[in-house]
Amino acid sequence: MKDRLQELQSEALEKVKYAEDLKALQDIRVAYLGKKGPITEVLRGMGKLSKEERPVIGQLANDVRESIASAIQTKQDKLEEEALEKQLEEESIDVTLPGRPVHVGGPHLLTSIIEEIEDLFIGMGFEIKEGPEVETDYFNFEALNLPKGHPARDMQDSFYITEELLLRTHTSPVQARTMKQKDGHEAVRMICPGKVYRRDTDDATHSHQFTQVEGLVVDENIKMSDLKGVLNAFAKQMFGSERDIRLRPSFFPFTEPSVEMDISCKMCGGEGCSVCKGTGWIEILGAGMVHPNVLETAGYDPEVYSGFAFGMGPERIAMLKYGVDDIRHFYTNDIRFLKQYHKV
Amino acid sequence: MLVSLNWLKQYVDIEDQTPEELAELITKTGIEVESVEPIAEKLNDVVVGHVLSCEQHPNADKLNLCQVDVGEETLQIICGAPNIAADQKVAVAKPGAVLPGNFKIKKAKLRGVESNGMICSLQELGVDEKDVPKEFVDGIFVFQDEVEVGENAIELLNLDDIIIELGLTPNRADCLSMLGVAYEVAAILDQPFTPQEEILHPVQEKASDYISVHVEDPDLNPYYGAFIVKEVKIGPSPLWMRNRLIAAGVRPINNVVDITNYVLLEYGQPLHAFDLDRFGTDEVVVRRAKENETITTLDEQKRNLKPDHLVITNGKQPTAIAGVMGGADSEVHEGTSNILLEAAYFQPVAVRTASKDHGLRSEASTRFEKGVDPNRVVRAGMKACELLEKYANGKVLDGVVEFDQLAREPKKVEITSSHINERLGTSIPDEEIADILRRLQFGYEQKGEMFTVTVPTRRGDVELFEDMLEEVARIYGYDNLPYTLPGGASQAGGLTLHQQLKRKVKNYLQGAGLDETITYSLTNAERVSQLVSREVKKQAAAPVSLAMPMSEEHSHLRLSILPELLASLSYNVARKQTDLAYYELGTVFISEEEQVTVQPKEQLRLSGALTGNWLVHPWQQEKKAVDFFVVKGLVEGMADLLDLKLTYKQAKLPDMHPGRTAEVYLGEKVIGFIGQVHPKLQNDLDLKDTYVFDLNAEELFAHYQKEEAFQAIPKYPSISRDIALVVEEQSAAGEIAETILHAGAPLVKDVRIFDVYQGEHLEEGKKSIAFNLLYMDPNRTLKDKEVEEAHEKILTAVKEKHQAELRG
Repeated sequence: MKDRLQELQSEALEKVKYAEDLKALQDIRVAYLGKKGPITEVLRGMGKLSKEERPVIGQLANDVRESIASAIQTKQDKLEEEALEKQLEEESIDVTLPGRPVHVGGPHLLTSIIEEIEDLFIGMGFEIKEGPEVETDYFNFEALNLPKGHPARDMQDSFYITEELLLRTHTSPVQARTMKQKDGHEAVRMICPGKVYRRDTDDATHSHQFTQVEGLVVDENIKMSDLKGVLNAFAKQMFGSERDIRLRPSFFPFTEPSVEMDISCKMCGGEGCSVCKGTGWIEILGAGMVHPNVLETAGYDPEVYSGFAFGMGPERIAMLKYGVDDIRHFYTNDIRFLKQYHKV
Repeated sequence: MLVSLNWLKQYVDIEDQTPEELAELITKTGIEVESVEPIAEKLNDVVVGHVLSCEQHPNADKLNLCQVDVGEETLQIICGAPNIAADQKVAVAKPGAVLPGNFKIKKAKLRGVESNGMICSLQELGVDEKDVPKEFVDGIFVFQDEVEVGENAIELLNLDDIIIELGLTPNRADCLSMLGVAYEVAAILDQPFTPQEEILHPVQEKASDYISVHVEDPDLNPYYGAFIVKEVKIGPSPLWMRNRLIAAGVRPINNVVDITNYVLLEYGQPLHAFDLDRFGTDEVVVRRAKENETITTLDEQKRNLKPDHLVITNGKQPTAIAGVMGGADSEVHEGTSNILLEAAYFQPVAVRTASKDHGLRSEASTRFEKGVDPNRVVRAGMKACELLEKYANGKVLDGVVEFDQLAREPKKVEITSSHINERLGTSIPDEEIADILRRLQFGYEQKGEMFTVTVPTRRGDVELFEDMLEEVARIYGYDNLPYTLPGGASQAGGLTLHQQLKRKVKNYLQGAGLDETITYSLTNAERVSQLVSREVKKQAAAPVSLAMPMSEEHSHLRLSILPELLASLSYNVARKQTDLAYYELGTVFISEEEQVTVQPKEQLRLSGALTGNWLVHPWQQEKKAVDFFVVKGLVEGMADLLDLKLTYKQAKLPDMHPGRTAEVYLGEKVIGFIGQVHPKLQNDLDLKDTYVFDLNAEELFAHYQKEEAFQAIPKYPSISRDIALVVEEQSAAGEIAETILHAGAPLVKDVRIFDVYQGEHLEEGKKSIAFNLLYMDPNRTLKDKEVEEAHEKILTAVKEKHQAELRG
C-alpha cells in the first residue's frame, strides 16, 4: 500500500509537470484527488490494515495528497500567469497614435491682459468698476474739466448720438460716476476696464473701438509719490521685475500735474534700439494727480482730498508684450490669431 | 515745433550737452522730444566758389563749362543748372566731398571735358525741397550776401545744424516760440537767459497820421496795434534769417514776409504786413464779418464769411480774416514800399472758429488758438520794425496806433513748501523751492515757507496751486520722487459677484471648447435688425444710430452680438478655417424711445456661434458636425453650472431655421434662443450649417444663488426604473419628462431620456420615448410598493396629458 501511494505520487507529479494547460491540470486534479481517485481508493482499503499500520499509511496518504495538490496549485499559478501575459501581449496598442482630441477654447488676448491687470490691482486693494458705453456729455467731458467749447472735445473726434449723448471716448467717466456715487467723502480705490470709441479710421495703429483700463485713487493725503509707487508695482508685475519706470510731464485736462509713464525697453534694456526709437524707454500710460476741478465737480473738497488717476490701453500693452503688429487683429477674430494666445 | 540748436545757442549755453542729452533732459523735464535730426546728412568739402567764367559746353547744349575760384585753386566744373552765370558766388562740392545719399564727388569727364567738382543746389546739400526758396528750387543756390571765396559753405548755409522736434501738449503754447524754448532750456540747465531789447530808430513822422484803429468787438480783439514802415525795399532776407527759417521748416520768400515769419518763430506772436498803399483807406476796423460777406484770401480762394468770424477791414470791406489769413488785395508784393504792420491779440475762440470753418490751420492760427503772451504783442511788432529798418531799408514811423483793452497783469499763485511736499511726498527745503522759481524766472515773495509767485504771462497755463506743483516737481525731477503706496484705511479689493460670474461663464465656455471673440459694437443698418432675441426686440423701439457715422458699416449700435459673430465665422471660413466655435460676452444697446433722448439700456448678452465639425478624430472614425444638441448641451451645462433651470420651447424666429430653433425660458420669461441659422442667411454668408445661442446674461446672473449650505450625500440607495412610452410624433419629449417629474414627486428625483424610436413595430405617426426614472428618499430605503404606486400615478398622468401608452 505504501508502495502504491508512492507510485501514485510520482506518477501524478510527473503528469503535473507536463500538463500544458489549465484543463489538463484540472483533469489531473480530478483523476488523483477526486472522490473516485486512486488515493481515496487506497484509503478505503485501510480497514484491512493493522492497527499499527493504519496511522502510518493515513499520514502517508495525506502527505501524498498534499504534495500533489500543492504541485497542481503551483503549476496552475504558473499557467495562469502565462495566460495573462499572453493576453496582455495581444492587447498591446500603438501608443504613438494621436489621442481623442479634447477641444479647449480660450480667452481673447485683450481679456487676458485686462484680467491680468485687474488681478494685479485687486491685489493692491482696488475694486473693479464698470460704466455705460453710451455716456452723457456731462460725464464724458464736463465732469472731467472739459467744458463745452474745449478744443479737446471736438465733434470730429467722438461718435455723438445726440448733442448730449455719445459713445464714451475714454473710461474716465466711470471715475466721475464712482466719485459721485461715493458722495464726496468716501475714499475711492478702483480701476475701470472697458470698451471706448473714437472717430478714427481703422488702420494698423488706429481702431474706432478699443479698450482702456483707467484707475483712480482718492483719499485724504494722497501723494504723487503714491502714484509713482503704485505704477512701479504694476509695471514690475506686468512687464517684469527688471524693468524700470520713469515719469515725465505731460498734459491731460483732468489731471494736474499730468505725467506719462515709460518703462525701460525690454529689447535693449535701456541702451536704445529701434523698438524704443533709441531712447531706451517705451511709453506705457498716462497719469496724474486728479485736477481740483474734477474733485470739486464730484463733490470732494480739494483742500481735504487729493487723488491720482491713470489710464492705459490693453491693445498697446498687448502689442508691446507680444509684438502684435496691427491693432485690427484684435477685432478681426481670425482663429489663427486667437489660438496663438490661449496660453497667455 | 522745430527747434534749431544753432539758433537756440544764440540765447542759452547748451555746449555742455550733446543734442541727445539735451533732448533727454527736455523730455524728462517737460516736453516730449519727438526727434533729434541733423538738418542734412554729414557733409564735407563744400565751399563758397566764385564763378569766374561760364561758357557753353563744346559738346552739349544744356551744359555749361565754368571756371570757379574756390580760394586755393580754380576748378573747372561742368554745370547743367539753368540759373548758372558768371560772377555768381555758389556752393561748390570739391572732389572728395560726400553729399547726402553717400554721393561721392570725384573728378570726371562729361562729354569729353573734365569736370572737377559740382556746383550744388540746396536740395543736393540735403535741404528739404519744400523749404528751398522758390527761385532756387529748379537750379543751383546762389549766395546773395557778402561771403568770402573758399569759406565753408556748410556752416554758412547752417547745414551743420541739428533740429529737435518738440511734441507740444496743448498747455505748453509758450514753447511755440524760440524765446519760450530758451526760457525752458535755461531753467532745465540752470543757465542765465535774458532776451534782447528791441531797438528802434523811428523817424519823426507819426504813424497816427496814416492810420486809425477801431475795434468793434473788444471781447474778441482786446488789442490791435498798427505800425507804419515806409519805403521798404523788397528783396531777399539775410542769409542767417533764411537759414533759421529753413531750419524751422518755413520757406523764405522775401525780406518783409520773412521778417514777420521770423518774429512769429522767435516771439510766438503772429504779425501781418499789409501793403499800406493797397489797403484802400486810412482806417483799420476790426469787427465780426457780416452775413454773406466774402473775402479773397492770399491763396486766391474766395471765402464766405459768417458773423462768427472776426475780420480786419478797411472800414468798407474785409482785408484779412483775423489771425488766420490776409486778403489778396492788400498783400505785400514785389513793388510794395509802404507797410501797415499788424500786431494784435485775438481771442483763441475767434481764431479757432474761423480756421476750422475755412480749413486753414497756419503757424499763425495755431498760436492764436492757444493764446499768445499779452506782454509780447507790442514787443513783437517792435522787433519786426527793427528788422525792417535793418534788412528792408524801411523807415519806421513814430508810435504805434492802437486799440488797447488787453489785460497784461501777471497772475499770482500762493504756495507753501509744506503743501508742496505733502502733495508730492517729498521734503524739498524752502531754499530749493526758491531756487526752482529762480530758474524758471518766476517772480516771488517769500514769507517763511509761503511763496507768493508772480507767474510770467508767457506761461498762461500756470494758474492754480496744482500748476505750480507741477512746475516745482518737474524741475525738481520726477526721478527724485520716492516710491510710496497710498496710506489710509485699507480696502479689500475684489470682484463683485457679477464680475465673478462673468469670469465663471467665460471659463466654462472656454473649457467646453469655445474661443472668445471681441467684435465691434457698431454695426450697419441691415445687421442691426438681424437675429435679435424676441424680448430685446420687444423693448427696443428703434435701433440707436450715430448722428454722424464715419461709414455705413459702423453706423448703428448693435441689438445682438450674433450678426458680428457670424461675420467673423464667415471671415474665417473664407480663409479655409472651417471648424469654429465662438462666443462673446458683450453689451447690446436697447433704447425704448424712437428718438433717443436718454441713455439706452445696456444689456450684457452671452452669444455663441458654431459651424463645421465639433469633433474630428479620424483614425478612430469619429467625426461629429455641430448640431442643435451640441449647442443645447453647452447651454444646459452652463445652466447646471449656475444651478438654473432653463426650459426650451420650439419657436419660429426670423433668420432662424423654422424647425430647429427653440426659445429659452427662465421661469416664464424668454431670455434668448438657440438653434440653427436659416439656410438662406447661411448661404448669404457662405457658411455651412451654423448653430447659435443668444442669452440675456443679466437674467442668468441675477438668478444665480451661491450655494452655501452643505447638502448631505445620500445614504440610502436609489431605485432605477425604465419606461417606454408611445406618443404622437409631434409630442415634446421635454414636456413629458416634466410631467413625469411632477407626477412622481417627491420620490422621482431625476428623469432621463435614453432612447427615441420611430419606425418598424410602431404605428405610423407615433414615436416611442424611453425614460429612465430615479426614485429616492434621502431619509430611508424605499419599499417596492411605494415605487409601484408612484409609477402607476406617473403612467396615469402621462396618459391624461400626452395620450402616452406604455409600450408593450
